[in-house]
Amino acid sequence: MITCRELITFLADYLDGALPAEKNAEFERHLALCDSCVRYIATYRETILMAKAAEDLPLGEPPEDLVRAILASVRA
Amino acid sequence: MEEALLLPRLRSGDAHAFEELVRRYMGRLLRVARRLLRSEEDARDAVQDAFVSAFRAIGDFESTARLSTWLHRIVVNACLMKLRTQRRKPEEDIEDYLPRFLEDGHQVEPSVAWGESAQTVMERAETRDLVRAAIEKLPETYRTVLLLRDIEELPTDEVARLLGVTPNAVKIRLHRGRQALRALLDPHMRGGR
Repeated sequence: MITCRELITFLADYLDGALPAEKNAEFERHLALCDSCVRYIATYRETILMAKAAEDLPLGEPPEDLVRAILASVRA
Repeated sequence: MEEALLLPRLRSGDAHAFEELVRRYMGRLLRVARRLLRSEEDARDAVQDAFVSAFRAIGDFESTARLSTWLHRIVVNACLMKLRTQRRKPEEDIEDYLPRFLEDGHQVEPSVAWGESAQTVMERAETRDLVRAAIEKLPETYRTVLLLRDIEELPTDEVARLLGVTPNAVKIRLHRGRQALRALLDPHMRGGR
């Protein structure tokens, strides 16, 4: 039986489906019994979604002064 | 104008085509640079460097790729160059944000469920600010990998090549960066806000 330490250390591989079948089955067995690790995985996934959403900054209009500076520097 | 029509004009040195390229893609490139560099001045410098590099290298661009993808890689490179030359602030130890375990392998503090879904909380501007501040707080080594992999969605091998580290190092940094970010958000997210 794997421990919480092992599950959390190799969590990214588990979520990527990169673990060998036997190890993957051990992870599943651990998760069937460990609510704390289930909550850890849920909040780890939420973290990734929140980072994506937070960094989805508005595009905005291109600053005209920067457009002009770039055009001037390639003409120079 | 379609990319297929813009490209031959860019290759022939048509100044109007280059201006169109700049206007079309600047917003997206500036957004990437703002994420990676955080400073508006540095972001603008990196975007300027990227477009100048693109202008000089347009002859090497392979038509099988997309201009947007090619420009994205150039601006990421320009940002990483800038990050390398910046004076590095002392990094906090990532270990402080990683889960701690007992001798028997259980977590010292069992994980607690978060009260609301990411989708719900991220509708609030103050939560978006809080998450961005938490990302900013990550040690640079981990923040850069998290941004390149999870936000810019570059493949592991490409991030490894850009940073001059092994793909395995990228995977480890990404996982630790996510864990640290989770730990920074955890006190705000437990049981809702």
